[in-house]
Amino acid sequence: MGAPDVSELQTFEHDVLVIGAGGAGLRAAIEASGRGMNTGLVCKSLLGKAHTVMAEGGMAAALGFTDARDNWKVHFRDTMRGGKFLNQWRMAELHAKEAPQRVKELEEWGAVFDRTDKGLIHQRNFGGHRYPRLAHVGDRTGLELIRTLQDHGVHQGIQVHMECTVLDLLKDGDRVVGALGYWRETGRFVLFKAKAVVLASGGVGKAWRVTSNSWEYTGDGLAMAYLAGAELMDLEFTQFHPTGMVWPPSVRGTLVTEGVRGDGGILKNSEGKRFMFGYIPERFAAETADTEEEANRWLKGDKAARRPPELLTRDVVARAINREVKDGRGSPHGGVFLDIASRLPAEQIKRKLPSMYHQFKELAEVDITTDPMEVGPTLHYHMGGIKVDHDSQMTTVPGLFAAGECAAGLHGANRLGGNSLSDLIVFGKRAGEYASEYAKENGAGKVNDDQVVACLRRATDFLNREEGPNPFVVQENLQAIMNDHVGIIREGAELSAGLEKLAEWKQEAEKAKAHSASQYNAGWHTALDLRNLAIAAESITRAALMREESRGAHTRSDFEGEQEEWGKYNIFVWRGDDGEMKIERRERPEPPKGLKEIGYAKIEDLESGKVGADVE
Amino acid sequence: MATRTFKVWRGDKDGGEFKEYSVEVQPGMVVLDGIHRIQAEHSSDLAVRWNCKAGKCGSCSMEINGKPRLGCMTRLNSLPEGTVTVQPLKTFPLIKDLVTDVSWNFEQNKRIPPVKLKPRDADGNYRMMQEDIDRVQEFRKCIECFLCQDVCHVLRDHHKHDHFVGPRFMIRLAQLEMHPLDTVDRVPAMRKEFGSGWCNITRCCTEVCPEHIQITDNGIIPMKERVVDRYYDPIAWFLKKVFGGSKA
Ligand SMILES: Cc1cc2nc3c(=O)[nH]c(=O)nc-3n(C[C@H](O)[C@H](O)[C@H](O)COP(=O)(O)OP(=O)(O)OC[C@H]3O[C@@H](n4cnc5c(N)ncnc54)[C@H](O)[C@@H]3O)c2cc1C
Ligand code: SF4
Ligand code: SF4
Ligand code: FES
Repeated sequence: MGAPDVSELQTFEHDVLVIGAGGAGLRAAIEASGRGMNTGLVCKSLLGKAHTVMAEGGMAAALGFTDARDNWKVHFRDTMRGGKFLNQWRMAELHAKEAPQRVKELEEWGAVFDRTDKGLIHQRNFGGHRYPRLAHVGDRTGLELIRTLQDHGVHQGIQVHMECTVLDLLKDGDRVVGALGYWRETGRFVLFKAKAVVLASGGVGKAWRVTSNSWEYTGDGLAMAYLAGAELMDLEFTQFHPTGMVWPPSVRGTLVTEGVRGDGGILKNSEGKRFMFGYIPERFAAETADTEEEANRWLKGDKAARRPPELLTRDVVARAINREVKDGRGSPHGGVFLDIASRLPAEQIKRKLPSMYHQFKELAEVDITTDPMEVGPTLHYHMGGIKVDHDSQMTTVPGLFAAGECAAGLHGANRLGGNSLSDLIVFGKRAGEYASEYAKENGAGKVNDDQVVACLRRATDFLNREEGPNPFVVQENLQAIMNDHVGIIREGAELSAGLEKLAEWKQEAEKAKAHSASQYNAGWHTALDLRNLAIAAESITRAALMREESRGAHTRSDFEGEQEEWGKYNIFVWRGDDGEMKIERRERPEPPKGLKEIGYAKIEDLESGKVGADVE
Repeated sequence: MATRTFKVWRGDKDGGEFKEYSVEVQPGMVVLDGIHRIQAEHSSDLAVRWNCKAGKCGSCSMEINGKPRLGCMTRLNSLPEGTVTVQPLKTFPLIKDLVTDVSWNFEQNKRIPPVKLKPRDADGNYRMMQEDIDRVQEFRKCIECFLCQDVCHVLRDHHKHDHFVGPRFMIRLAQLEMHPLDTVDRVPAMRKEFGSGWCNITRCCTEVCPEHIQITDNGIIPMKERVVDRYYDPIAWFLKKVFGGSKA
């Protein structure tokens, strides 16, 4: 297939183009459209199938319905502590303040959350959240979020381009002015001209073998932004969720919601020991139960009792499971046991965790109301991503915005469960709002034909060549490298070796051959994603090598523990003028005094008003 | 290691044929895993939709041994011994291999008048009791796999796409109608525009629903009843509307 003439390409013109139709993209598109913008929304899958649909546990917002003591300051403090104080202070502040409004707005658009006995939104406990804070619908909250936005969005005049994959962003000078994509169905190319572009393309889970993520998560947004000149940050922080399924092999990595532990589930090793009591970090000791008796009282609602250690932040729990397994106390298939059966009556389990019940029954032939689950860590989420302005979500490239999982800053070194869905609606809205402002202030730019032709050539090369490796196999090879070299526990020499393997792998990836039919050609689509995976994998590995300490989701066996010095820096990656990947650590600016005090306050002092009372 | 033969439909709107592939079987394998092995080992251009691989997104709908099912939730050991036959959904136009054009469903959704709630309570909150939303939540479990649409004979055999929205959208309507705070009346349209009368309660849709939603008994039948009530007794409906409850 030859590269077609640019003027003959199918072309759409939008004020605002949103790439990605998960929670963040849909919310951004609704906002832009509501502000009178001609808005286009592109996604690789059908509408409503983005990753967001899989989210289970809930979305965090200090509504204070289930526990009236909750407020934005406590949510903010939890988020900063969970992120080991590497989060962007302002983003954590905006998120905690605006999440309640955004959740209530969803109700107006038709979301039907589980209720308290007073008829208000019920909130669930989750790791790292001081109070029950997650608005939820059983264990299918993501479905509720995406369907609500979708059903509302289709009446807002948004033009949806489904099953369309964006290949590259197009620039006019410094500024982004559009994107080039292809229809998965036909393989035809399509040009989008836009005054502002919002990336909401999700994460990079598919670079690993054991992951809770789907095929869509190939780091497209990260790579496209990088190539367009944007800076990436915090990439070393890749979250391994402590509880993925480990058996059977076909579902290894599939998520088991933290809601299981929030509702009382406990972790045990092969000796039947509730091992988390042995892994409580100093920072959380004052707020964590140290006996089973106390943990059980907490579960029953005793407000004087402290939280069970199973609800420590994800990085802590994932490392603990990893250690138990390495020390020979794992379950038969290399995980540990997660037991809800002995904790709740069968009927309640089925009501509170219906999709977990089905998932295990149908995929593992395990009845979770009578038997424990086998679980182990699975690559789940990227805290890092594209650097954005805290308020406007604009990247370092004019006209290019980013929100949701592909953006960085809110979560720092580790994300709290439930803080992603709220991130999507808070910053999705902001991205839509500021992209609209930008589009109003800046006219349409000019698309550079040479850039378009170069993109087309790269894309069609995979189809035109005579021979080459199968793209699916090439992708599996990358997953093996990342699983082996950039896993949950990292080490300098292993990371360096990983980088060398990645360089070799990149050559293999460039030679991949797809079957020549361009119509709904899964192999070709996979081949096209390889470049993005390569950029994402390399930048993550480099950042992991640079950060010589263990903090949050980044653990180095050769540099144990948090180093105070490293707490002052975020790591940035960008593409140099010479085309090479550049990396540098940069000092973090001093936070506003009031926020800093709240972040580091003792919980008693925050609750009594001794600290933070004067912060609005 | 044991192997299994997969007979997979390969083709597009201009025609096609079944092709056989032999796949190594691993413990716990599902049909979608088999399709992925075929892509990696035999035919990288085999077209299939999937996302979550855990029954949550409703992408991987296909007909397995003649039954509409989710590929990611159908374990090989749950199927009878022998060849596994995999075909695309029959009710929707074929794009390629296992991928069909389901855009008609998205158009139906757009036609349904969206939710419009009563004003919030004085404190800025909405209140609904859990027991009043249990049914609504049952319908909201729908993952839009369109298996029910595929199996419904009104669409599958009689091609009444212009007259009947199908079971998936009947429960979307039901869910909106049963929302305790919604104020829009969709009952007249239910019959005229959305074709509730076409359903003759065969319950085939309920049988295939992977979310085990009681589509017919809890959704379609109550909606048919509302239509009948309204049609035969508009006065009683009017009184109910004015004096009791927000909706009939
Ligand atoms: C199993 C699971 C459970 C989870 N549970 C929770 C939870 O309980 N609470 C919580 O807060 N978080 C949870 N998370 C995390 C959360 O769901 C995700 O981080 C979040 O949904 C990401 O949303 P998003 O809008 O950024 O992107 P996504 O929802 O992933 O959407 C990305 C979109 O971008 C599109 N896209 C990507 N690349 C391209 C391209 N090149 N061209 C065009 N379109 C493109 C995709 O098609 C898709 O539409 C969970 C995640 C998983 C995997
Ligand atoms: S019960 Fe009605 S909607 Fe369901 S399959 Fe039968 S005719 Fe179709
Ligand atoms: S009602 Fe059931 S079968 Fe029909 S689309 Fe929804 S989940 Fe699928
Ligand atoms: S892949 Fe999501 S339902 Fe099968």
